[in-house]
Amino acid sequence: MQPPLTITLPSDCEIAVTRTFRASADLVFDCWTVPALIKRWLGFADWTFTTCEFDARVGGKWRFVTRSPDGFEMGSGGDVLEITRPDWIKTDELYDQDWTGGKTIVTNRITEEDGITTSLVTILYPTRQARDGARATPMAEGMEAGFKRLEELLADMPAY
Amino acid sequence: MQPNPNQLDLTFAALADPTRRAILARLAEGEASVNELAAPFEMSQPAISKHIKVLENAGLVSRGKDAQRRPVKIEALPLADAVGWLENYRKFWEQSYQRLDTLLDELQRFAPKGDKKN
Repeated sequence: MQPPLTITLPSDCEIAVTRTFRASADLVFDCWTVPALIKRWLGFADWTFTTCEFDARVGGKWRFVTRSPDGFEMGSGGDVLEITRPDWIKTDELYDQDWTGGKTIVTNRITEEDGITTSLVTILYPTRQARDGARATPMAEGMEAGFKRLEELLADMPAY
Repeated sequence: MQPNPNQLDLTFAALADPTRRAILARLAEGEASVNELAAPFEMSQPAISKHIKVLENAGLVSRGKDAQRRPVKIEALPLADAVGWLENYRKFWEQSYQRLDTLLDELQRFAPKGDKKN
Protein backbone atom coordinates (compact mmCIF):
# COMPACT_ATOMS: atom_id res chain seq x y z
CA MET A 1 0.00 0.00 0.00
CA GLN A 2 1.23 3.50 -0.78
CA PRO A 3 1.98 5.56 2.32
CA PRO A 4 -0.18 8.66 2.59
CA LEU A 5 1.23 12.05 1.73
CA THR A 6 3.19 13.84 4.41
CA ILE A 7 3.22 17.56 5.06
CA THR A 8 6.22 19.00 6.90
CA LEU A 9 7.64 22.45 7.72
CA PRO A 10 11.35 22.11 6.79
CA SER A 11 12.22 25.74 7.58
CA ASP A 12 10.56 28.91 8.78
CA CYS A 13 9.34 29.86 5.32
CA GLU A 14 8.62 26.47 3.74
CA ILE A 15 5.94 23.82 3.52
CA ALA A 16 6.85 20.46 1.98
CA VAL A 17 4.47 17.86 0.61
CA THR A 18 5.82 14.35 -0.08
CA ARG A 19 4.03 11.51 -1.81
CA THR A 20 5.02 8.29 -3.60
CA PHE A 21 3.57 6.87 -6.80
CA ARG A 22 3.68 3.47 -8.50
CA ALA A 23 5.09 4.80 -11.75
CA SER A 24 8.36 5.88 -13.33
CA ALA A 25 9.88 9.30 -12.70
CA ASP A 26 9.41 10.09 -16.41
CA LEU A 27 5.70 9.49 -16.21
CA VAL A 28 5.31 11.52 -13.01
CA PHE A 29 7.35 14.33 -14.61
CA ASP A 30 5.04 14.29 -17.66
CA CYS A 31 1.98 14.52 -15.44
CA TRP A 32 3.46 17.66 -13.84
CA THR A 33 4.52 19.38 -17.07
CA VAL A 34 2.11 18.49 -19.91
CA PRO A 35 -1.08 20.62 -19.76
CA ALA A 36 -3.28 17.85 -21.20
CA LEU A 37 -2.18 15.66 -18.28
CA ILE A 38 -1.99 18.37 -15.59
CA LYS A 39 -5.63 19.29 -16.05
CA ARG A 40 -6.69 15.69 -15.44
CA TRP A 41 -5.44 15.47 -11.87
CA LEU A 42 -4.29 18.75 -10.29
CA GLY A 43 -6.85 20.41 -8.06
CA PHE A 44 -9.91 19.51 -6.04
CA ALA A 45 -11.84 16.59 -7.52
CA ASP A 46 -14.91 18.69 -8.33
CA TRP A 47 -13.09 21.76 -9.69
CA THR A 48 -12.36 22.14 -13.39
CA PHE A 49 -9.64 23.93 -15.32
CA THR A 50 -10.70 26.87 -17.47
CA THR A 51 -7.07 27.67 -18.34
CA CYS A 52 -4.13 25.27 -18.18
CA GLU A 53 -0.88 26.39 -19.74
CA PHE A 54 2.62 25.17 -18.90
CA ASP A 55 5.57 25.96 -21.15
CA ALA A 56 8.08 23.42 -19.82
CA ARG A 57 11.27 25.32 -20.65
CA VAL A 58 13.50 27.55 -18.55
CA GLY A 59 11.91 30.99 -18.86
CA GLY A 60 8.60 29.48 -19.98
CA LYS A 61 5.33 30.82 -18.56
CA TRP A 62 2.63 28.85 -16.84
CA ARG A 63 -0.91 29.77 -15.90
CA PHE A 64 -3.75 27.83 -14.26
CA VAL A 65 -7.31 28.99 -13.68
CA THR A 66 -9.65 26.56 -11.95
CA ARG A 67 -13.34 26.89 -11.20
CA SER A 68 -15.30 25.55 -8.25
CA PRO A 69 -18.72 23.89 -8.74
CA ASP A 70 -20.40 27.14 -7.66
CA GLY A 71 -18.42 29.24 -10.11
CA PHE A 72 -15.62 30.70 -7.97
CA GLU A 73 -12.48 31.01 -10.07
CA MET A 74 -8.97 30.76 -8.65
CA GLY A 75 -6.08 31.76 -10.89
CA SER A 76 -2.33 31.56 -10.46
CA GLY A 77 0.70 31.68 -12.69
CA GLY A 78 4.38 32.38 -12.99
CA ASP A 79 7.63 31.40 -14.69
CA VAL A 80 9.49 28.14 -15.08
CA LEU A 81 12.84 28.91 -13.40
CA GLU A 82 14.61 25.55 -13.75
CA ILE A 83 13.58 22.28 -15.31
CA THR A 84 15.49 19.03 -15.76
CA ARG A 85 13.72 15.95 -16.99
CA PRO A 86 12.75 13.82 -15.15
CA ASP A 87 13.77 14.93 -11.68
CA TRP A 88 13.57 18.69 -11.08
CA ILE A 89 11.03 21.45 -11.64
CA LYS A 90 11.34 24.91 -10.14
CA THR A 91 8.71 27.57 -10.76
CA ASP A 92 7.54 30.75 -9.16
CA GLU A 93 3.88 31.31 -8.45
CA LEU A 94 1.59 34.20 -7.70
CA TYR A 95 -2.12 33.80 -6.94
CA ASP A 96 -4.46 36.37 -8.47
CA GLN A 97 -5.80 37.00 -4.94
CA ASP A 98 -2.20 37.11 -3.64
CA TRP A 99 -3.12 35.53 -0.33
CA THR A 100 0.54 34.50 0.10
CA GLY A 101 1.78 38.11 0.28
CA GLY A 102 3.98 37.92 -2.81
CA LYS A 103 5.45 35.23 -5.02
CA THR A 104 6.16 31.75 -3.75
CA ILE A 105 8.89 29.50 -5.18
CA VAL A 106 7.76 25.94 -5.81
CA THR A 107 10.26 23.13 -6.34
CA ASN A 108 9.47 19.54 -7.19
CA ARG A 109 12.17 16.89 -6.67
CA ILE A 110 11.14 13.67 -8.43
CA THR A 111 13.15 10.55 -7.54
CA GLU A 112 12.61 6.95 -8.62
CA GLU A 113 13.71 3.88 -6.72
CA ASP A 114 12.65 0.28 -7.41
CA GLY A 115 9.79 1.42 -9.60
CA ILE A 116 8.39 3.75 -6.93
CA THR A 117 8.65 7.46 -7.57
CA THR A 118 8.66 10.09 -4.84
CA SER A 119 7.54 13.63 -5.53
CA LEU A 120 8.77 16.16 -2.97
CA VAL A 121 7.04 19.49 -3.50
CA THR A 122 8.44 22.37 -1.46
CA ILE A 123 6.72 25.74 -1.35
CA LEU A 124 8.93 28.62 -0.22
CA TYR A 125 7.05 31.70 0.95
CA PRO A 126 8.55 35.19 0.77
CA THR A 127 8.54 35.49 4.56
CA ARG A 128 7.78 33.39 7.55
CA GLN A 129 4.83 35.66 8.19
CA ALA A 130 3.48 34.84 4.75
CA ARG A 131 3.84 31.13 5.36
CA ASP A 132 2.09 30.90 8.63
CA GLY A 133 -0.05 33.91 7.91
CA ALA A 134 -1.45 33.93 11.35
CA ARG A 135 0.88 32.45 13.90
CA ALA A 136 0.12 35.24 16.36
CA THR A 137 -3.64 34.84 16.05
CA PRO A 138 -6.17 32.21 17.03
CA MET A 139 -5.80 30.95 13.45
CA ALA A 140 -2.51 29.34 14.44
CA GLU A 141 -4.37 26.98 16.71
CA GLY A 142 -6.93 26.38 14.03
CA MET A 143 -4.22 25.61 11.51
CA GLU A 144 -2.57 23.12 13.83
CA ALA A 145 -5.90 21.47 14.50
CA GLY A 146 -6.42 21.41 10.75
CA PHE A 147 -3.08 19.70 10.16
CA LYS A 148 -3.87 17.19 12.88
CA ARG A 149 -7.28 16.38 11.46
CA LEU A 150 -5.71 16.02 8.06
CA GLU A 151 -3.09 13.63 9.43
CA GLU A 152 -5.81 11.51 11.03
CA LEU A 153 -7.83 11.59 7.86
CA LEU A 154 -4.83 10.55 5.78
CA ALA A 155 -3.85 7.81 8.20
CA ASP A 156 -7.25 6.19 7.68
CA MET A 157 -7.27 6.63 3.97
CA PRO A 158 -6.13 3.84 1.66
CA ALA A 159 -3.74 5.12 -0.98
CA TYR A 160 -5.80 3.59 -3.77
CA MET B 1 -19.85 25.67 2.56
CA GLN B 2 -17.78 27.96 0.38
CA PRO B 3 -16.98 31.21 2.18
CA ASN B 4 -17.57 34.41 0.27
CA PRO B 5 -14.35 35.09 -1.67
CA ASN B 6 -14.58 38.85 -1.05
CA GLN B 7 -14.85 38.23 2.67
CA LEU B 8 -11.77 36.00 2.44
CA ASP B 9 -9.86 38.72 0.57
CA LEU B 10 -10.69 41.18 3.36
CA THR B 11 -9.79 38.62 6.03
CA PHE B 12 -6.43 37.76 4.50
CA ALA B 13 -5.59 41.39 3.72
CA ALA B 14 -6.36 42.30 7.32
CA LEU B 15 -4.21 39.40 8.58
CA ALA B 16 -1.28 40.31 6.32
CA ASP B 17 0.02 42.83 8.88
CA PRO B 18 1.95 41.71 11.99
CA THR B 19 0.56 44.51 14.18
CA ARG B 20 -2.99 43.50 13.31
CA ARG B 21 -2.20 39.86 14.08
CA ALA B 22 -0.76 40.89 17.43
CA ILE B 23 -3.91 42.90 18.14
CA LEU B 24 -6.01 39.82 17.35
CA ALA B 25 -3.80 37.65 19.56
CA ARG B 26 -4.39 40.10 22.42
CA LEU B 27 -8.14 40.16 21.74
CA ALA B 28 -8.28 36.35 21.76
CA GLU B 29 -7.71 36.69 25.52
CA GLY B 30 -10.64 39.04 25.93
CA GLU B 31 -12.01 42.42 24.83
CA ALA B 32 -9.90 45.56 25.30
CA SER B 33 -10.09 49.31 24.82
CA VAL B 34 -8.03 51.07 22.12
CA ASN B 35 -5.75 52.47 24.86
CA GLU B 36 -5.16 49.01 26.26
CA LEU B 37 -4.40 47.69 22.79
CA ALA B 38 -2.03 50.57 22.00
CA ALA B 39 0.00 50.10 25.22
CA PRO B 40 2.33 47.27 24.09
CA PHE B 41 3.11 48.92 20.72
CA GLU B 42 5.38 51.84 19.99
CA MET B 43 2.63 53.46 18.02
CA SER B 44 0.34 56.40 18.42
CA GLN B 45 -3.25 55.76 19.34
CA PRO B 46 -4.47 57.06 15.93
CA ALA B 47 -2.17 54.53 14.20
CA ILE B 48 -3.60 51.70 16.30
CA SER B 49 -7.13 53.00 15.65
CA LYS B 50 -6.40 52.76 11.94
CA HIS B 51 -5.40 49.09 12.28
CA ILE B 52 -8.53 48.42 14.30
CA LYS B 53 -10.61 50.04 11.57
CA VAL B 54 -9.10 47.62 9.00
CA LEU B 55 -9.90 44.66 11.26
CA GLU B 56 -13.40 46.02 11.80
CA ASN B 57 -14.00 46.44 8.05
CA ALA B 58 -12.89 42.82 7.56
CA GLY B 59 -15.45 41.78 10.17
CA LEU B 60 -12.70 40.36 12.37
CA VAL B 61 -13.48 42.65 15.30
CA SER B 62 -16.43 44.69 16.49
CA ARG B 63 -16.70 47.70 18.81
CA GLY B 64 -18.83 47.67 21.96
CA LYS B 65 -21.66 50.10 22.61
CA ASP B 66 -20.18 51.60 25.79
CA ALA B 67 -19.75 55.21 24.60
CA GLN B 68 -16.71 55.93 26.75
CA ARG B 69 -14.62 52.86 26.26
CA ARG B 70 -15.99 51.25 23.10
CA PRO B 71 -14.19 47.96 23.82
CA VAL B 72 -12.86 46.01 20.84
CA LYS B 73 -13.96 42.40 20.60
CA ILE B 74 -12.83 39.58 18.33
CA GLU B 75 -15.35 38.06 15.90
CA ALA B 76 -14.79 34.36 15.38
CA LEU B 77 -16.70 33.56 12.21
CA PRO B 78 -14.47 35.17 9.54
CA LEU B 79 -11.42 33.56 11.16
CA ALA B 80 -13.14 30.20 11.16
CA ASP B 81 -13.87 30.66 7.46
CA ALA B 82 -10.23 31.49 6.79
CA VAL B 83 -9.05 28.44 8.73
CA GLY B 84 -11.51 26.25 6.86
CA TRP B 85 -10.22 27.65 3.62
CA LEU B 86 -6.61 26.85 4.57
CA GLU B 87 -7.59 23.34 5.61
CA ASN B 88 -9.21 23.02 2.23
CA TYR B 89 -5.94 24.03 0.67
CA ARG B 90 -4.24 21.08 2.39
CA LYS B 91 -6.92 18.71 1.20
CA PHE B 92 -6.20 19.98 -2.27
CA TRP B 93 -3.04 17.85 -2.35
CA GLU B 94 -4.61 14.58 -1.30
CA GLN B 95 -7.48 14.91 -3.78
CA SER B 96 -5.03 15.87 -6.52
CA TYR B 97 -2.69 12.98 -5.85
CA GLN B 98 -5.48 10.41 -5.72
CA ARG B 99 -6.46 11.53 -9.19
CA LEU B 100 -2.81 11.39 -10.25
CA ASP B 101 -2.67 7.74 -9.08
CA THR B 102 -5.61 6.98 -11.35
CA LEU B 103 -4.07 8.83 -14.28
CA LEU B 104 -0.70 7.12 -13.85
CA ASP B 105 -2.41 3.70 -13.76
CA GLU B 106 -4.24 4.55 -16.93
CA LEU B 107 -1.12 5.84 -18.72
CA GLN B 108 0.79 2.68 -17.78
CA ARG B 109 -2.00 0.43 -18.98
CA PHE B 110 -1.95 2.00 -22.43
CA ALA B 111 1.78 2.60 -22.77
CA PRO B 112 4.37 -0.13 -23.29
CA LYS B 113 6.06 -0.86 -19.99
CA GLY B 114 9.40 -0.23 -21.53
CA ASP B 115 12.01 -1.59 -19.15
CA LYS B 116 14.51 -2.57 -16.79
CA LYS B 117 12.69 -2.61 -13.51
CA ASN B 118 10.55 -5.72 -13.98
